Amino acid sequence: MTEVVTYKREAGKLDMQAEPMLLNIGPSHPATHATLRLIAELDGETILKLTPEFGYLHRCFEKESESHTWTQVVTYTDRLNYVSPLMNNVGYAMAVEKLCGIDVTERCKYIRVLISEFSRIIDHMVCIGTNMVDLGALTNFWYFWKPREEVYMHLIEPLTGTRLTTGYTRIGGMAWDLPDGWEEKARGVIEHVILPAIADVNALLTKNRIFIERTMGVGPITPKDAIALGFTGPCLRAAGVPLDLRKDETYLVYDRFDFDVPVGEEGDTCDRYMVRMEEMRQSVRIILQALDQLPGGPVNVDDPRFNLPPKQEVYGSIEGLMNHFKHIMDGVQVPAGEVYSATEAANGELGYYIVSKGGGGPYKIKVRPPCFPLFQGMPRLCEGGMIADLIAVLGSVNIIAGELDR
Amino acid sequence: MAEEKKSAVLETLVGKFGDDIVSTHSDFGDDTALVRRERIVEICTFLRDDPALRFDFAMDLTGVDYLGEEPRFEVVYHLYSLEKKHRVRIKTRVPEEDPVIDSVIPVWAGMDWYEREAYDMYGIVFRNHPNLKRILMYESFVGHPLRKDYPKARRQPTIGPDE
Repeated sequence: MTEVVTYKREAGKLDMQAEPMLLNIGPSHPATHATLRLIAELDGETILKLTPEFGYLHRCFEKESESHTWTQVVTYTDRLNYVSPLMNNVGYAMAVEKLCGIDVTERCKYIRVLISEFSRIIDHMVCIGTNMVDLGALTNFWYFWKPREEVYMHLIEPLTGTRLTTGYTRIGGMAWDLPDGWEEKARGVIEHVILPAIADVNALLTKNRIFIERTMGVGPITPKDAIALGFTGPCLRAAGVPLDLRKDETYLVYDRFDFDVPVGEEGDTCDRYMVRMEEMRQSVRIILQALDQLPGGPVNVDDPRFNLPPKQEVYGSIEGLMNHFKHIMDGVQVPAGEVYSATEAANGELGYYIVSKGGGGPYKIKVRPPCFPLFQGMPRLCEGGMIADLIAVLGSVNIIAGELDR
Repeated sequence: MAEEKKSAVLETLVGKFGDDIVSTHSDFGDDTALVRRERIVEICTFLRDDPALRFDFAMDLTGVDYLGEEPRFEVVYHLYSLEKKHRVRIKTRVPEEDPVIDSVIPVWAGMDWYEREAYDMYGIVFRNHPNLKRILMYESFVGHPLRKDYPKARRQPTIGPDE
């Protein structure tokens, strides 16, 4: 007759005096969505210690930008957060304009708001969609992928000519104006694609018992910890801290719109989902108001120091040709100084610290990627939890390796 | 630079630390103070805890290489206050032969990785950092890539999984 031994787990102690098991996740793993690596020390299925590692997608953004002109750097910023590249373009242009003392035109400000909010919506859709794939809810992924494709196909591609490598802003304005009929298409996409998709996913998930049990209380964080770790964006707001730079340090024309900043309570995976869902609805509100108010007029400042001369001048006069040549070869001339400019990107505060010694290119650019402190906070969110929850948490904080590694 | 009226944040800081604040400016609307590196932790603790300042968020930390100037490196902190909604930039210089500064992790836990990145990219050493090792580059990488004298085109051997 064999004796049955039962083991009772005590917090912080290993069962059966076993060695903790090391589990390596990534850098190339379907659930990391990017080249991230997580090394988990496990006791059974409980995470004792988590060590995040990254750098596999480091592309020397900061080093490269030191040997390019101000305008050329715009193209590099596309590749930071590649899920919402237009927002990086806008943030960078605003930082350089702060240094130049440029106040961009009204129409330009509205266009920047429009493209930023569309980017925020598709960024949140990707985040929620892929998070749900990891949890086995594939349908939501397709429900959110379709509107994302529609935004790309009907709005971003006609506007920029590309999907990801947008490079749409310029110092002092935009590369070009909105194409004809863009406003109507934007309204159509919102009404017929984005809002129904949000409603569908909301119906599938928000009151879904499986989803709630899978995410509620998973990976929580207190407001105090979130602030100390430097969390911003939806992950901070999910913890109940209503910091949103669009309200608190209003820029562009965000003060002219009526919108709310949703906050959560527990800072867990479920709250992060809820905050993102509501932010998409608020972004829709902002877009509709911006489309109503969208003024006419030029998109670039009327200043030959920052604007490329019109093509007929370039081909028709020696001054125009010289001006064009100097613009392209030497770059826009920016005064010496240093600025830090922050915008509310989809993941949180996207900051650019720029040092200029005068001339056509930056002396130094430092990007403050919103993902950086979020990924740093992963051990705080996951240690003591289950290994399966790690996947749920990782998806919900939305780590984008492009901006994390730069 | 012409002596202008200082903002309230800089005024408080200079009033408290006097000569340890080497210089201040508010160019482009960004309040900036250059401070002595010996007192960085004290100054940061004051900035976080003073009821009129309350800089509870450390948003960013980076190095800058001013090659040819003395001292050569600058460490730059960007702080934000959730309550007061203001920002400040704290800068401090460290020389090339002794690029050491105290870690501010005891003040803001989130500065851990930023300090590792500044170490990785510029070779600035943060004293009392619990785990000061490379973060973006791999361990066997030689040199500090964001230094101005590190050539952009230099190649180093790619590493395999064992290194």
